[in-house]
Order: sequence, then C-alpha cells, then structure tokens
Amino acid sequence: MNAPLKVYKTYDETIHRNGRIWMIAAILITQGVPLAISLRFGVWPPIGKLIAGLLPTMMVFWPIAIVEVLTFTPMLGSGGTYLGFVTGNLSNLKVPAAIAAMQSAGVEPSTKEGEIISTLSIGASSLMTNVVLVTGVLLMSYLLPVLESPTLKPAFANLLPALFGALGVVFISRNWKISVAPLALMIGLFIAIPTLPVGILIPAGAIVSIGVARLMYKRNML
Amino acid sequence: MTDIRNSTFLFAIGAFVALFVTAQSLTFMVRAWKEGRRIGLTSATMKKAIIGSASFSFVPSIAILLAVLTLAGALGLPLPWIRLSVVGAITYELPAAETAAQAFGTSIKNVISDPTVFSAIAWAMSVGSVFAMILIILFAKSIQSGIHKARLKDTKWSGLLISAMFMGLISAFLGSALGGGLVSILTLLASAATMGFFGLLIKKAKLAWLENFAMPVSMISGMAVAAVFTLASSGGSL
Repeated sequence: MNAPLKVYKTYDETIHRNGRIWMIAAILITQGVPLAISLRFGVWPPIGKLIAGLLPTMMVFWPIAIVEVLTFTPMLGSGGTYLGFVTGNLSNLKVPAAIAAMQSAGVEPSTKEGEIISTLSIGASSLMTNVVLVTGVLLMSYLLPVLESPTLKPAFANLLPALFGALGVVFISRNWKISVAPLALMIGLFIAIPTLPVGILIPAGAIVSIGVARLMYKRNML
Repeated sequence: MTDIRNSTFLFAIGAFVALFVTAQSLTFMVRAWKEGRRIGLTSATMKKAIIGSASFSFVPSIAILLAVLTLAGALGLPLPWIRLSVVGAITYELPAAETAAQAFGTSIKNVISDPTVFSAIAWAMSVGSVFAMILIILFAKSIQSGIHKARLKDTKWSGLLISAMFMGLISAFLGSALGGGLVSILTLLASAATMGFFGLLIKKAKLAWLENFAMPVSMISGMAVAAVFTLASSGGSL
C-alpha cells in the first residue's frame, strides 16, 4: 500500500512557520499603531527629529535585544519564544512564569516536554495580563479626571526620577562596581553643563559604563 | 481640540491589539496542548501548568497595570496600555518616550497635548521595539537547533554587559533628574529609599512575594512625595 499522500509536518516545523507568520503580523500591528495615529489625525513628526529621539534609546536597547534573544530563546522553546517576544514583559513575567511551570511539571527546558509546558505557561500568563489590563483600563477610564487633577500633576511630572531612583538602587546593589564610573561621569557633566539633554547623556553614560566594565572584567575586578 | 491621547480611536486600537494577543495565545496553547497529548503529557500536568502560570501572573500583571497608570498622566491611557500589552516593558517605554519628547523640545513631565509630539512618541516607542521581533523571525529557528549556542558561551560577561548598559541609561536619567530641582531630587530619594526598604524585606525577612510590588510601589511613593511636597510648599492642604 502507498503511504498517505498528505505529508504531515512535524510540530517543530509548523511552530516555526506559524510563529514567523504571527511575528510578522505583530510587527505590522505594532508599527501600524503610530501609522494609524499619523493617518487618522494628519500628524507626521519630522523624520530628522524623530531619528534624534530614537537613536539614544536604540543604542542601549538593541544590543540588549540581541542578548535577550540569545538567552531566552533556548529557555522558552520555540512556541514560547514566538509568543513571549510578541506579548513582552519577558524578564519580569514570562521567563519566571515559564521556568516555574517547567520546574513544577518536572520537565527540562530545551526538551519536547519543556517546549509544551513553556508554551502553555506563557500563553496562560499573557491571557492573565490581558484580562488584568483590559479590566484595569476600563475602570481607570472613569478615573481620568482624577488622574489629570492639579494636585496629581507634580506626581506625574516626576515620573522619571521615581522610576530611575528605584531602578538605580536595584542595579547599584546588583553590582555597585559597574555603577561608579557612569554615576561619576553624570555628576561631573551635570556640574559642568547642567542643561544637557538625555539624548546625549544616554550614549555617553552607556559607552563609559560598558568600556569601564569591560576593562574591569578583563582585569578580574568584577 | 479633541484630545488624541484618550480618543475613542485609540481605545479601539487598544481593543484590537488586546484581541490579537488573545488570539495568538489561544492558538499557540491549543497547538501545544494537542502536541502535548501526542507525546504523552497528561491533561492534568498541562492543566496544572496553565492554572499555575495564570495565578503566578496575576500579581505581576497588576504591577504592569500600575505602570500603565504612571504613564497615563502624560500620554493618556490607551497608548501605554497598547505598548505594555505587546512587546513593551516600562524600563524601555519610559526612556523611549522621554528621549523622543526631548527631541521635540518638551518632556513627558508635561501632559503631551501636541498631536505631532504625541505621534512622535508613539513612533519612537514602536519602532524602537521592533528589533527583537526581527531577530526572532530570522534566528529563532537556528538558535533552537543549536547553531548559535556557541555565541553566548561567556554568560558572565553578557550578564555584566546588560547591567553596564542599563547603568549607563539609569545614570543618564539620574543626572538629568538632578536638574529638575528639589522636588525631583526628593522624588528620586523617596523612590530609592522605598526600593531599598523593599530590598531589605525581601532579603532579610525572606518576603519574596513582595518582589513584584517593589518597583510600582517605590515609583508611586516617590510620586506621592512630589505631590505632597508641592502642595505643602504652595501652602495648600490635602
């Protein structure tokens, strides 16, 4: 008897094909959001200024993206990777959720069983975040007048020091030796030229921080 | 003039994005469930993974909601909601929004009411986050099959590299906070002190469950100090 004419693709092959299709759709949707805003309201930011605004953060976050892709992909498995990188919040939510689920099920990452448990875990985690966000946003839309009250204005005006004060403590306590050089540079720059924009401070801070960290690492000081 | 930030149009886009994420999650879960049965995983094991991960994710999801709330003052509700539903995380979205705002001569310290600046911030947040997705499309398959495993042999350095990059970014924003005057510095110190206190509770008192709340509560404490201090120094009362 002849073998069945229809060739069944393995899970692994279909997950990469489907994953790529979903990922391309996600790119179109995420880039479609600003496009829709520009088209609907007829506002197009000047490209030069936009690039000037984009470059400093891209310099820091794109290399981090490379490390994250190389680190998390083997941990999360194929399905988990395609799903996790679309739904975001990886290091603070998806990765710990998937690892906890694999541990509890007694399966290892990078195995067939690990792949399944990780995908189910990341899917469930995304659904929960979605439910919480949709419910919260619906409730908060009634609170908008409160959020925009004059009393709360200084609170929102100080969002950045609030985030970076807390993040600073996290990263300094993780490895204080790395933080000395960039902090000293910033205090020096602030005293010399107090009005420098973050667009210049970020690349300066990142280059000095990485350079000094590399030197210290090579000399076994870290 | 209509407020773009909280327009029905943007809420509708938010709803569409939420539907997309739900559809993708369900599709992948159904496919994984079927494959799991095929390779011999029991329904009970898989159900446990789903319920366990959903409950595990509840508290961190509240933290993500609080991050949406903190950005809502400047950017309205829908844009932060959209950004933190797909790809985003507060540590990226906030710096991206601020550097874009500064390129246009303003800051997200203010309500972003200018449509051009608002759209520029939306572009910056979105374009900046596309890189990881492109890498996944191009390389996820080969990474999984082991071709690129050699690349990350020096895991100690790659960990340090991420810390160093973040520290460069953090120090830049800490430096610029110094220029924000007394209220900014007080906010920074209050938020840092709260985070330090959380760190002590988590490490010394072994209250690991507090970890998820450390960042949002520290931020909100800092912001509360800013509101109270400004109110008090202007002679008002609560």
